Amino acid sequence: MSEIPGDLKFLSSHEWVRIEEDGSATIGISDHAQDLLGDIVFVELPEIGKIIDAESDAAIVESVKAASDVYAPLSGEVTEVNPLLEEQPETVNSSPYTDGWFFKLAPADLGELDNLLSPEDYSDACED
Amino acid sequence: MLCSLLKLIANMNKTILHPQHIGLGAKMVNFADWEMPITYLTGLIEEHKAVRNSAGIFDVSHMAVFDFQGGDQVKFFEKIFANDIKKISSSNKALYSVLLTQDGGILDDLIIYHADDRFRLVSNCSTRKQNSAWYKKHALEFGVEVIERSDMGILAIQGPRAMEKILNMKGMHSQVGSLKPFECIFNGDALYARTGYTGEDGLELVLPNDQITGAWESALTEGCTPIGLGARDTLRLEAGLNLYGNDMTLSNHPYESNLAWTIDLNDEERDFIGKEAMLKVNQTSCQKITGVILKDRGVLRPGYEIKHENGHGVILSGTYSPTLKASIGLARVDQGYGASGEVTIRNKQLKLNFLSPRFLRQGKI
Repeated sequence: MSEIPGDLKFLSSHEWVRIEEDGSATIGISDHAQDLLGDIVFVELPEIGKIIDAESDAAIVESVKAASDVYAPLSGEVTEVNPLLEEQPETVNSSPYTDGWFFKLAPADLGELDNLLSPEDYSDACED
Repeated sequence: MLCSLLKLIANMNKTILHPQHIGLGAKMVNFADWEMPITYLTGLIEEHKAVRNSAGIFDVSHMAVFDFQGGDQVKFFEKIFANDIKKISSSNKALYSVLLTQDGGILDDLIIYHADDRFRLVSNCSTRKQNSAWYKKHALEFGVEVIERSDMGILAIQGPRAMEKILNMKGMHSQVGSLKPFECIFNGDALYARTGYTGEDGLELVLPNDQITGAWESALTEGCTPIGLGARDTLRLEAGLNLYGNDMTLSNHPYESNLAWTIDLNDEERDFIGKEAMLKVNQTSCQKITGVILKDRGVLRPGYEIKHENGHGVILSGTYSPTLKASIGLARVDQGYGASGEVTIRNKQLKLNFLSPRFLRQGKI
């Protein structure tokens, strides 16, 4: 399992969020999640402009084996989706924390970050 | 949620090869109370390609093996199988059949092998107890003893280069190379059959447990790739082969399960369980299984609803096909479906085409 970048925060359901320098929030799924799912063959991303609540379903990721919901760690408006995932969904397997990001939000309330897990707490939760 | 799934694996049945799977880094899952490898380290798609392009080996020792002793075995099988055992009872061959209830529901599907005047039957894992009771109940009348061989394991070696690798395996029975498709041979208690569940050439080896590890190691040495249950499912679906529990169940009869070819009515004297129900089926109005391929992006999954110009249907098995690089499936639909239809995925209507369920032939598009 690769090391988790320290600037990420997690939901226990395996989604990560990173607050970028411009204040936007980038969201993806963890290395552990992509490993459990196996070969990812399809990603359904939200519409740009959609308002999403924290911990509600925002995207779908499908491996050969199964479909899984992806939840938003924060509330906000979708500002961008990763165009790479349409043609190369397997990028989520090869680069879950960088090239394989799912979408970006304009966060509604950065205070929600306090509800999320640190990389250490997330790792511990996965080992439980 | 995913984390906790892995922890449910405790006190489950394990095959003889369990330590080998763990040693190879397999992800293990609960399959009908057996702890089985779903994928190894390279992942499902690479495993799938290994079988299509070269050779893969599967541990399918969770499946149920039965032998039979004494009595009138041919008469017994004539009664419990929809297919006619007489097709193989004087040759060294395998026969596919379904087991029907009196009402024509499908209890299971199976392969029965015959060679050297003995029969061996392999049926599904999840139906083991049900089948064992069913065989024993009906065997009484024919004086046949049913012996469950829990001391046996099964390996499948499949792919265009499978036979070449098998013939190089240490201690391989010398006559295996001359087996034609569906032929089989016993060597002591070991059975070798030119059958499989991938649409590729290869063998299934039903071996005493003390021969399993040696055969597995020897196949790996010859370059066979270990394949998990994940790729087993994508391979069988590309070949258009039904899976019991998905594509056929107790609630369906063979005519609506793409299995009309397994109902053998040629011998009018033969009375098999479910025959009366089969004769009453209206084959022009019942639903049928068809292959489907999704024309939009997405993945077909069991339960998704289908519409076409003359009716409805439902996806029974669905996956992503690594060979076709599109989502394929088997669907049970009303007749009169034409060339294309619509599937509903998460409240969206997407286009699909209907086609023969045999997506690949001899592993080719």
